[in-house]
Amino acid sequence: MDVTAHAFKSNVKAALKDAQLQRALAGLPTGLVAQRAAAKARLPEFEALRDVGRDIKNHTLAHLDLYLEAWERNAIAAGAKVHWAPTAADARDIISGICRDANARLVTKGKSMVSEEIGLNAHLEKSGLEVVETDLGEYLVQIRHETPSHIIAPAIHLTEGQIEADFRRHHTHLPKDRPLDEPVKIVSEARDILREKFIKADVGITGANFLVAETGSSIIVTNEGNGDLTQSLARVHVVITSIDKVVPTLEDVSTLLRLLARSATGQDFSVYTTFSTGPRRAADPDGPAEYHVVVLDNGRSALLGTSFQEVLRCIRCGACMNHCPVYGAVGGHAYGWVYPGPIGAVLNPALIGLGEAGDLPNASTFCGRCESVCPMKIPLPGLMREWRMREFATGGGGRLARMAIGVWSYFARRPRLYHAVARLGIAGLGALGRTRGSFRSLPLSGGWTRHRDLAAPQGRTFQQLWAESRQGVPR
Amino acid sequence: MSTPGNEAGRRAKVLGAVRSGLGKQRGAGAREAVEVRLQGQLRHLIPGRSRQDSEHLKALFAEQLRGGSATVLDAASEDDVPRVIAAYLRGQNQPLAVRCGDDAWLRSLDWSKEPALVVSNGRADPADAVGLTHAVAGIAETGTLMLASGPENPVTVTFLPETSIVVLRKSDLVGPYEAAFDRVRERYGRGMMPRTLNLVSGPSRTADVGGRLVTGAHGPRRFCVVVVG
Repeated sequence: MDVTAHAFKSNVKAALKDAQLQRALAGLPTGLVAQRAAAKARLPEFEALRDVGRDIKNHTLAHLDLYLEAWERNAIAAGAKVHWAPTAADARDIISGICRDANARLVTKGKSMVSEEIGLNAHLEKSGLEVVETDLGEYLVQIRHETPSHIIAPAIHLTEGQIEADFRRHHTHLPKDRPLDEPVKIVSEARDILREKFIKADVGITGANFLVAETGSSIIVTNEGNGDLTQSLARVHVVITSIDKVVPTLEDVSTLLRLLARSATGQDFSVYTTFSTGPRRAADPDGPAEYHVVVLDNGRSALLGTSFQEVLRCIRCGACMNHCPVYGAVGGHAYGWVYPGPIGAVLNPALIGLGEAGDLPNASTFCGRCESVCPMKIPLPGLMREWRMREFATGGGGRLARMAIGVWSYFARRPRLYHAVARLGIAGLGALGRTRGSFRSLPLSGGWTRHRDLAAPQGRTFQQLWAESRQGVPR
Repeated sequence: MSTPGNEAGRRAKVLGAVRSGLGKQRGAGAREAVEVRLQGQLRHLIPGRSRQDSEHLKALFAEQLRGGSATVLDAASEDDVPRVIAAYLRGQNQPLAVRCGDDAWLRSLDWSKEPALVVSNGRADPADAVGLTHAVAGIAETGTLMLASGPENPVTVTFLPETSIVVLRKSDLVGPYEAAFDRVRERYGRGMMPRTLNLVSGPSRTADVGGRLVTGAHGPRRFCVVVVG
C-alpha cells in the first residue's frame, strides 16, 4: 500500500475540508462509542477482564517463541502448511506461490489488516489474479480503489449517497433505475454479486484474530459470514496473520473474545467466531483441500524487549480510534498508512520508520481516552511520547518546532529566570488586554486567535497566586 | 518460488529474531511455564451472569439471542421438533425443504410426522433455502451456538442457506464459553478440534453502509434456534 504518512499535515488539512468525510465521521460518538459504553455497562466484570486480558498477552509475549512453536506443532499435526515470513515481500511471494501452485484465477478475501500491510491485493493482481474483497466495507473501498480508513469499519468515511453512486457506476449490468436508496438494498445487491464470487473462487484468503497454541487453530471473528464463505467454498484456504496473534489456550482466548466485540462494535459477541484447524478431513463433505497459514514478522520481533513490546498486545478492536478526538476530526486516511488512530501513531513508526511516520505520534492531545478504553491497557499516550523523544533525539521535528522547544527548555531549566520572564509577560499582557478582557489577535498566536479570542491574563502568574495562597495572603 | 530450503531459513529467521528480542527478559523455567499453561486448563475470571441455575441460563440464552435478531423456540420433546420447525417455516413463508448433514440424532427424529417437510442429507448447495444443524453446545453467556463441522453438520449447511435452524438439546446448554470448550475436549480429545468450530450468535449482519445495521449480509438472513426438552 502506498505510504503517505509523511504528508500527514497536508492530509489533515484536506480531511478537515472534506464535507462528505466530516458528515460520515459525525456518527462516531453516537455509534461505536455509545455502543461500547452500553456493552461495558451490561458486564460488571468488564474492567477486571481488561486486567486479565493484559496479563494473558504479557505472559504470551514473554514466551512468544515457545507458544509459536507449540501452535505450529499442533497446526501441522492437523494438516496445516505453516509458512514463516520475515518481511512483507516474503509473505507476498509465499502467497502468490500458493496461488500459482493452485492454478488460481479468482481469489476471494476476508477482511485482513495484515494483508493491507503487505500490499497483497496489488501484488496478486499484478500476477494476473482477480482479487475480490468480500467484507462489505472492504468491497465498498475496493471498488473505489481506496484503502480502509478504519481497522474494523473500513468504509466508515463513506456516506450512503457515495456508496449508492459507486454501486451504480460499478455494477453496470444491473438495471439503471433500480432503487438503492436504503442500506438493505445495497447490502442485498452486494450479497448477490459476491455470492457468485465465493462459489467460483479458487483460493480464499482470510486474516486471523487469534492463533491458539493448544489446538493449532486460527480464529476469525466476523458479523457478515463472509470470512466463512471465503474459507469454506474455495479449494485452498490461506490465512495471513502475524506473530503477535498467538495465545496459549482456549481459556485464554475466551477472555480475549469477551473483550474484543464489546470494545470494537459494542456487541456482547460478534455473530461469527470461527476456529479453523487444518484442511478438510477424510470424511468431510466440504471445506478446503489445503489450509495454509502465513505468519508475518515484518518488524514486530524488533519491538520485543523494548518499551514498545506493549503494543504487541493489541487485538485490533479499533476502540482507540473510535474514542480519539484527532481520528474523529480527520478520519483514517490522513494517517497515511494501514493503521490509523492512536494505535497507528504508535505502531506505524515502528513498522515503516520514524522518518516516514514521525508526524503521527505528534497528532495527539494526550487526552488519554485511547488508553482508558484499550481492552489490552496499552499505554498509547506514553508510547507516543516515547516516539516524540526519539524523534527529537534524532534531529527530527522541523526547524521551527525544535527552535521553540530549545527556547522553552532554556528557560525551563532556569526556574528563577523563567518566573521573572513569565511575571513580566503576564503583567504586560494583562495590562494590554484589561479593557477588552480578551485578544482578537496576538503575534505568534494565529493558530488560536483565527478561530476564537484569547482571554487576557489577570496580571499575575499561577506561581504568584499559588505562593500567595500558601502564605494566607488575601488576593 | 518457495523451496523447502528457504522455508526453513525464513522460519529460523523469524523465531531467531523473536528469541533474540526476548533474550534479556526471560528467566529459567520458561519452557516449563509454557507446558504448564498449555496442559493446566488455567481458568480466568468468568462473568457472574454465566454462573446461574439452568432455568436462568436458559432465559439468558434466549434473551441474548433475541437481542441479536434471532428466533428462539421451544420443543417440549424430540417428538415435537419436526412440528416446531415446520410451523416456523410456514410462519416465515419459507419452503418446507430442509438440508441437513448426517447427524445421527437429527436423522433419528420422526420426520414422518410432518409429511410436507422434505429433509435432504449432505452438504448444502447454493440452491438450498433452509439449513438444519445440531449444536454441540449452547452458550448462555452471549446466546451463542457452538457448531462443529464434519459429515454430521457440514459447514456449508451453516452458512449457505438463507434460513439457518439450529437444534439444541437443553442438556447441552452451558453458561460460559469455557464450559462449551470442555465439551469439545471431551468429544475430540485435548488439543484436538474439528476442522471448523463455529460460534454463531444470530443472523449475519453488517453496519458497513452508513453505520446502519442490516441483517442478512453474506450468511443466513434468518437464524432460528429450537431448544429441545
